[in-house]
Amino acid sequence: MIRHLLSAADLDHPQALRVLDTAAELLALADRPIKKLPTLRGRTVVNLFFEDSTRTRISFEAAAKRLSADVITFSAKGSSVSKGESLKDTALTLQALGADAVIVRHQSSGAPHRLATSGWVDGSVINAGDGTHEHPTQALLDAFTLRRHLAGGTGDLDGCRVTIVGDVLHSRVARSNALLLSTLGAEVTLVAPPTLLPVGVQTWPVATSYDLDGSLPKSDAVMMLRVQRERGAAGGFFPSPREYSRRYGIDARRMALLPEHAIVMHPGPMNRGVEITAEVADHPRSVIVEQVANGVAVRMAVLYLLLSGSEGGQDR
Amino acid sequence: MVRAHGTERVVLDDRDVARALTRIAHEILERNRGSDGLLLLGIPRRGVPLARRIAERIAAVEGVDIPTGSLDVTMYRDDLRLRPARSLEHTELPPTGVDDAIVVLVDDVLFSGRTVRSALDALHDLGRPRAVRLAVLVDRGHRELPVRADFVGKNLPTSLVEQVRVSVAEYDGADAVCITDAEPTDVAGQPTGGDEAARVGGLR
Repeated sequence: MIRHLLSAADLDHPQALRVLDTAAELLALADRPIKKLPTLRGRTVVNLFFEDSTRTRISFEAAAKRLSADVITFSAKGSSVSKGESLKDTALTLQALGADAVIVRHQSSGAPHRLATSGWVDGSVINAGDGTHEHPTQALLDAFTLRRHLAGGTGDLDGCRVTIVGDVLHSRVARSNALLLSTLGAEVTLVAPPTLLPVGVQTWPVATSYDLDGSLPKSDAVMMLRVQRERGAAGGFFPSPREYSRRYGIDARRMALLPEHAIVMHPGPMNRGVEITAEVADHPRSVIVEQVANGVAVRMAVLYLLLSGSEGGQDR
Repeated sequence: MVRAHGTERVVLDDRDVARALTRIAHEILERNRGSDGLLLLGIPRRGVPLARRIAERIAAVEGVDIPTGSLDVTMYRDDLRLRPARSLEHTELPPTGVDDAIVVLVDDVLFSGRTVRSALDALHDLGRPRAVRLAVLVDRGHRELPVRADFVGKNLPTSLVEQVRVSVAEYDGADAVCITDAEPTDVAGQPTGGDEAARVGGLR
């Protein structure tokens, strides 16, 4: 089975369901007086963040700590990376520390894959976002949130219609979601200006559209993506932020086009006023804050399933 | 219903199981001098329906509802690193919680005592019961920890190569307790508890 979680495609249907079911049990922990389990006591989990992050880093840290693992957080700023240390030398340092899991975020697509396959580290590698490639745990927490709202909290997402809107080109969230949600049986539609759809999108298991107003009435959930200015999304892909939000942003008028039960999601951080108005972001049917809370339970599930067992052991 | 391998013999049939549970219910009441503060927590999977049935019997005698729940001990086991990751079971407590309750843990088979140790740890994280007691349908011996049951349905002397399987109507279609002489290739004799056949492999 799997040892690393590098791509949402690493999980087949039963494995993805297993992560969601485990997360569902772990979610109850947040309501208990003692929010801690002894399961990963003595294990070391390293948060290796080469790129800025608020919620993913905190979420992984909280997840590992609730499972009693020792957590070492490493961010490129203020480390030897700013002195020019390579990924390999950083990895060898972590190996010397005895890391059982390395959670890596990197600005280059494929960095977690390199880490997992190079033999530099023995531990499990978990991709926490690499370049414009993938962010599998975000997709898992999105699937978990969708399942709670649209599928009664159990089973898969068979027949759920999910519309992902915006900067698909630069979005690792969109790619991981497209893969995972279709594994779970959802119908995914990507809506974006033609300039922000990646080359080869026709090979993805999704439908595409340029027309947001036409897609909304057929959506059980709409997931807004952030316009990634730091990856150059504001430069030349669309005429102006105003034009973008008029055609691809969600506001109260577009919210009214959604079916009554539909929810609005956003992986964060939001550009309020660009892809989503404040009114929609704070709407009762917006589940953006819940996504963050679910993130901890989902990441606990991933850490538990990847780290707690042993390959050789026989279940008896 | 029965995954037979080797020779299997039925030690308790459904009527024996029913009688044992009734007796346990009365013993709990006697020991506790009534039903005050009782909370029956089943250990998944098969302890949960057994706890519910004992509670029904107590309720029938006393005429009051007895709170029940389930307590998953997976995350507290001491053998997690030795085998593929296990699926989690459901923990469910009544809204009153475990604080100050007389908690009766209910499991199907008492074997090494390790599951009960895990349950005590799990309970400790949920609150502070006034007392904790242990009720099991079958005690098959071979303890590895200083654990004993307060209420036992049936003492069943076994050898380590035998497997004891408890079937309950809720999961297996009928109530029964069976002993199987395991085949030599089997990994029986590694005490882990009674309902191990229900476990699934991990992500790896």
